[in-house]
Amino acid sequence: MANILERGAPAPDFTLPVTPDQKLSLGELRGQPVILAFYPADWSPVCGDQMALYNEVLPEFQRHGARILGISVDGAWCHAAFASDRHLHFPLLADFEPKGAVAKKYGAYREGDGYSERALFVIDAKGIISWSYCSPVAVNPGADGILEALEELAPRGQSSRR
Amino acid sequence: MATLKVPVTPEDHIQGNPDAELTLLEYGDYECPHCGRAYGIVKQVQKHFGRRLRFAFRNFPLAQIHAHAQTAAETAEFAGAHGRFWEMHDLIFENQGRLALPLLVALTEELGLDAQGLRDALTAGEFEPRVRRDFLSGVRSGVNGTPTFFVGERRHDGPWELENLVTALEARRALA
Repeated sequence: MANILERGAPAPDFTLPVTPDQKLSLGELRGQPVILAFYPADWSPVCGDQMALYNEVLPEFQRHGARILGISVDGAWCHAAFASDRHLHFPLLADFEPKGAVAKKYGAYREGDGYSERALFVIDAKGIISWSYCSPVAVNPGADGILEALEELAPRGQSSRR
Repeated sequence: MATLKVPVTPEDHIQGNPDAELTLLEYGDYECPHCGRAYGIVKQVQKHFGRRLRFAFRNFPLAQIHAHAQTAAETAEFAGAHGRFWEMHDLIFENQGRLALPLLVALTEELGLDAQGLRDALTAGEFEPRVRRDFLSGVRSGVNGTPTFFVGERRHDGPWELENLVTALEARRALA
């Protein structure tokens, strides 16, 4: 498994397509917690895959004021079809060109396979990684770790909002 | 290793001997085809262990991908409020291919329950909090899809064919 960036590291900034004609930069989301969820590919052949689960848990993430971004090496058109099919209500970023460049910055790229790990990062309001976790590629990591990390952030998050 | 954060209590829907030494818990979605298949496997597991096993079911509807999962879960809870949870649970899975509101109403009538009462409960979202509570307890415990089983308080990862579940439960018993 890859050596992913750990707690305390500044989250590398990036700008990636979020739709075929729009881009999103991590820096734009500064001031609120961000969940970055790298996953191998769209169209996992199971019910309740990782992105579908996060979609259902979305109200809980929002309760913590957090934004979630899914990232894979799939292209923006593929993401659009996948998000529409699964009714996803959060952005999927296309780490497509140069392929996997953002995953590499986070230490979450699988060179031999050409796609990313199932790696999760919770980034605090100041852009510092406060929690990260890399799951075996075949195992959906669930959402429990993310929620615990967001809860741990909450007191600090509130004080930084004055 | 994910563990169950909210223990099984008498508040849960429990089938079988309440004092059994073994507990199998499923987080399931009535519209999920994998849960439909697991339904039959669980019946076999129950037959295998008899009074040594209690089985509990909690709702984990993936409502964004399964249009009827939430309504089905609330219907089962409605029947549960009238002491008929397991009959409705079984009927829904046995008719999973036709899952939609008319089926749920027909099943409610089949059990001799008040169909208008069901409609009112669905409209008012009377059982929504209960279903959400189940769902969130699952999220907290590392449920990552459906079906997810817990053997005792440990999440059962990997295949859940009859032999896998029997082996996991026997191993649990050896530990106890």
